[in-house]
Amino acid sequence: MPLSAEPILQPPIANPVQAVFTASRDDTTVVNIGPSHPATHGTVQIIAELDAEKVVRTDVHCGYLHRGFEKECEDHTWHNLIPYVDRLNYCSALINNFAYCDAVEQLMGIEITPRTKYLRTLLAEYNRVADHLTCVAAQLMELGALTAFLYLVTVRDSMYEHLAALTGARVTYSYGRIGGLAFDVPAGWFKRLEEILGEYEQYIERVHGLVDRNRIFIDRMRNVGVISTKDALHWGFTGPILRSTGVPRDLRKDTPYLAYGELDFDVPVGINGDNYDRYYVRMREMDESVYMVRQLLEMIPEGPIMVDDRRCVFPDKALVYTEIESLINHFKLVMEGPVVPAGDIYLAHEGANGELGFYIVSTGDGQPHKVHVRSPSFVHMGGVHTMLNGYQLADIVTTFGSVNMIGGECDR
Amino acid sequence: MTAPIFELLQQQLVPADADAASTTAAADATTPPVRSLGVQHGVLVLAITPAALLPLAQRLRDEFTFDLFLDVTAVDWPGEALRFEVVHHFYSTTHKARVRLKIRVPESDPTVESLTSLYGSAGYMERECHDMYGIVFRGNPDLRPILLYEGFVGHPLRKDYPKQKEQPLVPYRPPQSALVR
Repeated sequence: MPLSAEPILQPPIANPVQAVFTASRDDTTVVNIGPSHPATHGTVQIIAELDAEKVVRTDVHCGYLHRGFEKECEDHTWHNLIPYVDRLNYCSALINNFAYCDAVEQLMGIEITPRTKYLRTLLAEYNRVADHLTCVAAQLMELGALTAFLYLVTVRDSMYEHLAALTGARVTYSYGRIGGLAFDVPAGWFKRLEEILGEYEQYIERVHGLVDRNRIFIDRMRNVGVISTKDALHWGFTGPILRSTGVPRDLRKDTPYLAYGELDFDVPVGINGDNYDRYYVRMREMDESVYMVRQLLEMIPEGPIMVDDRRCVFPDKALVYTEIESLINHFKLVMEGPVVPAGDIYLAHEGANGELGFYIVSTGDGQPHKVHVRSPSFVHMGGVHTMLNGYQLADIVTTFGSVNMIGGECDR
Repeated sequence: MTAPIFELLQQQLVPADADAASTTAAADATTPPVRSLGVQHGVLVLAITPAALLPLAQRLRDEFTFDLFLDVTAVDWPGEALRFEVVHHFYSTTHKARVRLKIRVPESDPTVESLTSLYGSAGYMERECHDMYGIVFRGNPDLRPILLYEGFVGHPLRKDYPKQKEQPLVPYRPPQSALVR
């Protein structure tokens, strides 16, 4: 049978992303990097104008996961949002969890129990280490340092398994609750935590030995992706990127929340604001976090993990089956959700990438009127072009790795 | 806990005759440009008229060192005369304090001034707010869609946008036109 002469109809695929510019000169080329380029991560597209290997200007598109986080939030009870907040920054979901819960608790005027307060601080720091490990490992792998990547990911995997033993999930923990935590720490968990911290120190020392004074690494990182303090503030950068320029802005120090006011730790800052400084700030921050976790292990008191507040906390199952009030309470909490007093609040925690803020509006209903997340990655995408322009094409990979963009945070 | 900067801000920015009326009050000639809603959860909240935004943001940045522009978003209050509430968040690394500005705009003309001339970070966030709520930021040089595609009908975070709504497919455009504006 002869082949049909008719051409196969192409499916209607259009490029929904339009660059703001075309080639400005005859000898420059406009190229698309991404979406989902193997050397970058996430659904990001960088449209770059190149003069040979040099990047003249870039237009960065953050991409979209089509998850509809904020729209979904308006259709669920306050409790049921917790799995959604997990998926914002899936490298450090516990920080998202606790920031969201903290915002709702403050709006309701709930004071969490001391054990919850310390446990949350410990877990947030522990998760921050895992997040930084992911970022640094990915950045090193993108430079070809596979051994360092494997070392760091080995530790991270121990942490993920360890957290899975606590929460029951590998990355989407859903461990925070409004008014406390889902359940208490299992037996032997703290002992294993100390083992993993020891393992971390071993491996991180090897990574320091491998790359810190490695000529190739330094040449690729030093004076690449430089951003000044003024520019970093102008473009709204927070977290390790801002600290790498020398601004010691850390919400854990500036406006202490949870138990951070009682802890002893430093805020590492960089000098140049280049890729090497960002790498080093993250490495130092992990050490500080481990130091904090060690302090917290000594401080955690015994006691309940949930507050005794029937507006948001489920009654005991034994009571639900025997008492009509508890049964009604349970039913109303499931069907209508906790009632949050009318008002609005903006509450920010220091996420692994920067300021993670929740702007929550309640009308006194069982469902939020609005939940807006001020996610660091999304804001960083708005200014990342200042760090890319003027460098080589290959530097996009390293610089972009040091920004640690998380696709889930760019979603709305 | 009230930071000393908040008292200074209230003295300097809020006119003496301004009363702390509710945010839902209609903006007319008698509305004072800046009204203080007090310190809520450690954040100074000011309700302002659309015209007061740009000069106020300029003063916040230059006189009171509010050097980080954190966020802009909108809240939809369907059925009210001034339907949208545009909310700006500022942070000062010097005073370690936050200020929140609230502007009410009607559905017929949801326009506020853009802060891109003052803060670079405003560009991306205003584009997002424009996508999601249809707020027009006058003066933003680059108000292209950011999360939605060209040709998307409606604004998904408005309360009257149905959750299950399907959008028309993107019409086919020849590949060579993809980079031409």
